[in-house]
Amino acid sequence: MDMIKVTIDGIQVEVPKGTTALEAARVAGINIPTLCYLKGINEIGACRMCLIEVKGARNLQAACVYPVEDGMVIYTNTPKVKAARKANLELILSNHDRNCLTCVRNQKCELQELSAQLGVTDIPYEGQRINYTIDESSPSIVRDPNKCILCRRCVSVCRSVQGIGAIGVVERGFKTVVEPVFDKKLDEVNCIYCGQCITVCPVGALREKSDVERVWDAINDPDRHVVVQTAPAVRVALGEEFGLPIGTRVTGKMVAALRRLGFDKVFDTDFAADLTIMEEGTELLDRLNNGGTLPMITSCSPGWIKYCEHNYPEFIKNLSTCKSPHEMMGALIKSYYAEKNNIDPASIYVVSIMPCTSKKFEARRPELAATGHPDVDAVLTTRELAGMIKEAGIEFNKLPDEAFDPIFGDSTGAGVIFGATGGVMEAALRTVYEIVTGKPLKAVDIKAVRGIEGVKEYEVDLGSVTVRTAVAHGTSNAKKLLEMVKRGEKEYHFIEIMGCPGGCVTGGGQPIVPARERMDKDIKALRAAAIYDEDKNMPVRKSHENPSVKKLYEEFLGSPNSHLAHKLLHTHYTPRSKY
Amino acid sequence: MKLYRSHVLVCGGTGCHSSGSAGIIDAFQAELKKHNLEDEIKLVSTGCFGLCAVGPVVVVYPEGAFYSGIKAEDVPRIVEEHLLKGRIVNDLLYHDHAKAEDVVSTLDEVEFYKKQKRMALRNCGVINPEKIEEYIAFDGYKALARVLTEMTPMDVINEIKASGLRGRGGAGFPTGLKWEFARKAPGDKKYVCCNADEGDPGAFMDRSLLEGDPHSILEAMAIAGYAIGSDQGYIYVRAEYPIAVKRLTIAIEQAKELGLLGKNIFGTDFSFDIELRLGAGAFVCGEETALMRSIEGKRGEPTPRPPFPAVKGVFAKPTLLNNVETYANIPQIILNGAEWFSQVGTEKSKGTKVFALGGKINNTGLVEVPMGTTLREIIYDIGGGIPNGKKFKAAQTGGPSGGCIPAEHLDTPIDYDSLAKIGSMMGSGGLIVMDEDNCMVDIARFFLDFTVDESCGKCPPCRIGTKRMLELLDKITSGNGEEGDIEKLEELGNNIKASALCGLGQTAPNPVLSTIMYFRDEYEAHIKEKRCPAGVCRNLLRYVISSDLCRGCGLCTKVCPVSAISGERKAPHIIDPDKCIKCGACAEKCPFHAITKG
Repeated sequence: MDMIKVTIDGIQVEVPKGTTALEAARVAGINIPTLCYLKGINEIGACRMCLIEVKGARNLQAACVYPVEDGMVIYTNTPKVKAARKANLELILSNHDRNCLTCVRNQKCELQELSAQLGVTDIPYEGQRINYTIDESSPSIVRDPNKCILCRRCVSVCRSVQGIGAIGVVERGFKTVVEPVFDKKLDEVNCIYCGQCITVCPVGALREKSDVERVWDAINDPDRHVVVQTAPAVRVALGEEFGLPIGTRVTGKMVAALRRLGFDKVFDTDFAADLTIMEEGTELLDRLNNGGTLPMITSCSPGWIKYCEHNYPEFIKNLSTCKSPHEMMGALIKSYYAEKNNIDPASIYVVSIMPCTSKKFEARRPELAATGHPDVDAVLTTRELAGMIKEAGIEFNKLPDEAFDPIFGDSTGAGVIFGATGGVMEAALRTVYEIVTGKPLKAVDIKAVRGIEGVKEYEVDLGSVTVRTAVAHGTSNAKKLLEMVKRGEKEYHFIEIMGCPGGCVTGGGQPIVPARERMDKDIKALRAAAIYDEDKNMPVRKSHENPSVKKLYEEFLGSPNSHLAHKLLHTHYTPRSKY
Repeated sequence: MKLYRSHVLVCGGTGCHSSGSAGIIDAFQAELKKHNLEDEIKLVSTGCFGLCAVGPVVVVYPEGAFYSGIKAEDVPRIVEEHLLKGRIVNDLLYHDHAKAEDVVSTLDEVEFYKKQKRMALRNCGVINPEKIEEYIAFDGYKALARVLTEMTPMDVINEIKASGLRGRGGAGFPTGLKWEFARKAPGDKKYVCCNADEGDPGAFMDRSLLEGDPHSILEAMAIAGYAIGSDQGYIYVRAEYPIAVKRLTIAIEQAKELGLLGKNIFGTDFSFDIELRLGAGAFVCGEETALMRSIEGKRGEPTPRPPFPAVKGVFAKPTLLNNVETYANIPQIILNGAEWFSQVGTEKSKGTKVFALGGKINNTGLVEVPMGTTLREIIYDIGGGIPNGKKFKAAQTGGPSGGCIPAEHLDTPIDYDSLAKIGSMMGSGGLIVMDEDNCMVDIARFFLDFTVDESCGKCPPCRIGTKRMLELLDKITSGNGEEGDIEKLEELGNNIKASALCGLGQTAPNPVLSTIMYFRDEYEAHIKEKRCPAGVCRNLLRYVISSDLCRGCGLCTKVCPVSAISGERKAPHIIDPDKCIKCGACAEKCPFHAITKG
């Protein structure tokens, strides 16, 4: 690689050709402030926070998009630079709803941090402020344009990373606003509620629709039996909200916290993940053996499902009819569990702690009410759970490790890897291989389907048939894969698709990692590594070996895909228009 | 070829078109037919003559009779008297302000044209822009032929470089150098673009060129295509220029029919095609990166440079982007040589510049002058001075990006560098003249209001900063200005200039900063004395009745819509300033001129 020398504030550094001034400055040990910049996602030089002086250049330059040249001399800290950055920040603040104390991002706001860093003590440019209606139309995401600073990270992640473009820049000048097309609301367009926009928003302009109060009410209602379940990805990210490094596993502490919050039972969605493998694996074998529609595509990710309904209704028949794991769990809690414990299903309140905002929408699908009651009553994101723990004054990091409640708390390593891209595929293959071949799987780790490459392919020899599989995560990768299938370029038997890039570990409900940390940390990889650690440490690592799952079939469901299983654990889908 | 004994040229530019020139053409057709003159007299609908103030304009050759302010009703007289009987209709001829009432001038003798040098506009008002044959008759496509058959691409670039031609869009970047960058940029596909998104308020240079001589732009773009190695051109023209769009469309069709655009032009290996892209009227789309995004079908917003268009432009390919007027100069430079071109102008600014003269000036219109002509010459000699004997106060060049030039700089020779030195800019050629009745704070407010409206909203200094500046100006002009507001405007303005993402934002504060620089006293009068010296800012206006002049006739009380005036009959009246809405009706009505703005 061609190396070039640049001098930044008198410090000479050697960097590869094409390096931006922002990156080169970091090499020199200088952190240039940024606001709109988000590595790899939003590099547009819009916010003018990272301005620098380049010797010989007429105007100040945006460091985040300015490629350094050999011999270039850069100043990052001159009075002119400092004055410009501060003035621009003051301008942004002058048009920002500054009710910080009541903001969801209070103390976790990049704009707040920047104000402190640049020493803003006064807003000298008060004047008119934009005043747009807050969009609360969707069950998952709330948009508050009055807090928006128009950094456009959300627009980039929605359009470039997810390939959707549900929101964009509308109007111009002072009236500029980020919103869906034609003055529509979020629930009137093709938004899949993945919440990736929330996780990249530096301020409180995008947030999940909070269900915290509803859950507190349920907990505090003596007539309610409140049951909680947690998705696999929550346990590898919740710790970040309490200052622990990215990729710390806090499963035991999370369970302890949930008990202290007052939930009557703490179950693990991983159990339902194992169950999903039984149901979905059986469905796959049925399609393979009886000429069913192939490829079969997984249905755990509600973002992906909504994407498919909006954009690829022709693939609806390919979707597995399995409900997503937490919905299966909800249906079982209100049937098997209720019956067994002699509780009126109407009094049971099921709460799902999910890394996902789209699950909030999913829980409201009218078809997901197998017992006549919604399978799941409320969905909280990892962030909302952290908020409840903080609100309750629980010292999370000092909690002892506790175990999930039986039997819906019993799970395997196969269940937990659902949280990372490729996990459902790996879990399914562990089971399908052994069931079809009757031979024990030698290498449980199927590394070919792991990792953050957008589309992964893997073939497995089952003796009678070689099963071709593919894994895609993030909807733009899903699009790429489906287009290839549509054009007949690729033929698969089984496809796993997750709506979010990286899978659930980096879902829209997960803790928000500020842009600065994203510069040198790969969140997807760090959280996924924790997931695979969890898997490795489990005594049982294959879904069909989960003793509690076996017990459930013996005692209640009969066999996978049985009539009762269909009634409780399977669903159907609806084509949707884009606008 | 058929010979005509007389040519009747009717201006078909937008200005004359909107004052009815289409009807005049119809009338001529009917009259010529009626008198059986169709074979003797050729009727030509041309592009702009420049003297828009007196349009619609009709010129009859060979005499060069310059008829102005013509209506369809005048046509039978011109046909019967002039064309049939050979008697020029004197009372319909244009009369120079500078000359005695009874002196009649032909086109060549008109003061307006005397100091002009029409190089870029050479064919405007001369040929029918909808007939390629007329363009060809005036050496059209000859430069392209020479380039393709006698010159290498580098020869072409060197010729343009030697000519000293600089970009006419405003920034003045050396054109030849730009071409060289685009040529040297590696790329399998390259584009040649023409910026015809003229958006400055009151500017219509490019429109007139496109309407009057569209083929010269096509020819120049093909030459540029050959020079940089491109086979595809785009003209980005605003949809609000329907006549220009129509004539460009016709011109492209005709050029393609004759093989002057398309595959293997003049039998060579060179192929070049041009397509139109219509802009939807966003001012910022005149900024080069925004224009290219718009061509790509994206939201018209600037993107940071580098990468520069020459390296990564339209569809991420190397792109050459020049302004209409820049292209208009190219064929002639090729035909007449770099030296011919560089003889005109100043040391660092060669050739001519077209200006759209507007505001408080007698000869509103389009003028083309050699670089180095002084503002005084343009305003007084060509423009005919200020109407109603008013005093010149300032000239604004460069539109919303430019600055105001006060009387003390009237003798500044106009070129890129000298205008920048006095706080303005060449810009694309808008030139607005202001007299003593203009309030400079209000003028600054007007231009800033425009940029606030047209900001794309991408970067905070422009999106919010210009808005805050406008709010400060509103505050000052409404009489609420405070000590320190001027300094705040300067500080904010300088910051926006230094930190905005694109040229629009970087130049938006110029009208404010330059008026503060030259007319600070006016700002101070608004703030400290709550007075608008020019009597423009309504909130600061006071109508007063002179007790010496008032006869107490009571007429003013009758016209006052809000009953703000009172007084005994035959005794001096008074105006209640709290009730007065400053409509000025009383002052207009007063037979004794007793009511004045105070």
